[in-house]
Amino acid sequence: MTGLDKRMSLDEVVGRLSDGMTLGIGGWATRRKPMELVRAILRSPLKDLTVVSYGGPDVGLLAAAGKLRKLIFAFVSLDHYPLEPHFRAARQGGLPVLELDEGLLHWGLRAAAMRLPFLPTRVGIGTDLIRQDAFRTIVSPFEDREELVAMPALKLDAALLHVHRADARGNVLTLSADPFFDELMVRAADQVYVSTERLTSTAELDVARHSRYNLIERTAITGVVETPFGAHPTSAAPDYQLDLGHLKTYVDSASSPEAWTTYRSRFIDVSPESYLAAVGGAEKLAQLPVPVY
Amino acid sequence: MSELYYSLAEIMITAAAETWRDDGEVLATGIGPLPRLAASLAKSTFNPALQLTDGEVWFTTEPVPPGPRTGATIEIEGLANYDRVFATVWGGKRHAMVAPVQIDRFGQTNISVIGSHSRPKTAMLGVRGYPGNSVSHPNSFFFPAHNTRAFVANEVDYVCSAGYNPERYLARRPPARLDLRLIVTDLAVLDFGGPDHAIRVRSLHPGVSFEQVQDNTGFSLLRPEHLPVTPAPTAEQLAIIGRLDPNQVRKTVLKGDPPGDRRGAG
Repeated sequence: MTGLDKRMSLDEVVGRLSDGMTLGIGGWATRRKPMELVRAILRSPLKDLTVVSYGGPDVGLLAAAGKLRKLIFAFVSLDHYPLEPHFRAARQGGLPVLELDEGLLHWGLRAAAMRLPFLPTRVGIGTDLIRQDAFRTIVSPFEDREELVAMPALKLDAALLHVHRADARGNVLTLSADPFFDELMVRAADQVYVSTERLTSTAELDVARHSRYNLIERTAITGVVETPFGAHPTSAAPDYQLDLGHLKTYVDSASSPEAWTTYRSRFIDVSPESYLAAVGGAEKLAQLPVPVY
Repeated sequence: MSELYYSLAEIMITAAAETWRDDGEVLATGIGPLPRLAASLAKSTFNPALQLTDGEVWFTTEPVPPGPRTGATIEIEGLANYDRVFATVWGGKRHAMVAPVQIDRFGQTNISVIGSHSRPKTAMLGVRGYPGNSVSHPNSFFFPAHNTRAFVANEVDYVCSAGYNPERYLARRPPARLDLRLIVTDLAVLDFGGPDHAIRVRSLHPGVSFEQVQDNTGFSLLRPEHLPVTPAPTAEQLAIIGRLDPNQVRKTVLKGDPPGDRRGAG
């Protein structure tokens, strides 16, 4: 055993972040979002964040709390409620954005992961996306001389992810069938903080048997915080499913400033233990039915 | 005349299924219950090679019904995680039918915002995968309500998918894989078969006139010399649709679940 110990508290993670940072948030819409970390950011004085996300309630909460300076996104959706109400309100209020195709977002992270300034693509040709200031075009130096879109690297100051299992050294397992683009978020970032359903010994990870679930090596991981049900109300299948009931409560919180204040006092400005109790307790969450997409 | 009753949703499903008839072995994606049932019908009848997903993360051997899943276990035939779906998109082995909010005369579509991009009147989803889809593989479109809010007079408010608009090509070169196929609406089936890919009416649903389609479209439509009526679903197709949609989700998509044959409806 090396002395390497990356365990942190939620507050320690948030303490490592600073105003104006560009944060990548892992997961996808209503799946495997590091929500406990997001709630911890809401409780902190952090501000002026640029967020890169395949967006769901992570973006909605940060928008509702006025934490965003800019959003880099391809969509923000609650899947079962296609239009994210807090995101809509912020967007309609003029929140600055860089809007991307889902694949362009991937491509920008990949460019950053490869330490390249950009990657060429055809995605965006013919659309309004490439009329945004961030974009340039580049002519192929080969015989085809095709003019292509240059997707700029999306360099992240920090990435936040939720995983299923981790050890204290930052070895991680993501057990869901779809890893989304978490690995690219990690590789595009200077610092990476993971919340994990369970902190285990290295032996318990049984990486040899779960090799496909080991998305990234520990040298890329900065800190690990244990957060049972830390993705709630999004899913962390197979451990637990999306909480459609809470999602409704969340959507309703956008109906008025009072509703948001109430939601915030019940579910944000509380400890993780109180949150778990407020949303029905571990036993209930473990039994949530499989949603239909 | 056949006495067979069919709903508008059902004739839209059978009309939409046609878009995948000659595609061979590709990923068929139908977004929304009716396009999804259309892809399912295409796979269950004339193109069994199509590959479908459960809408989440698996390729399935048989189409998965929209709505609650009960009864038989779903056989999974492969992993359809997003990284792989993106790779399939870029490789071109896919044909999607999507349901945009707006479309214009170039076939450009919008699901991002109504109004200005910097301060939208209405913020919707964001462009999602539309830009990449549009320059990578064939695309078709589905509109449950054909009207001038959807079929707009000028360009769509935010161009999310490429269309046949040379003004927007890079170096005046059309994207190599730009390939727009069908538009299925509650009034008609349209395609891009006019000069320079102009949109034309391909068939009118029973009881709908060309003028009615034109009046509900913000730009001029081409009227071919021979303008057929959209074929009615066959008894066999209706039976298969019934099996593919045991939860009867198709009855909830169009207001009042109207009949497909509107002849003599006044």
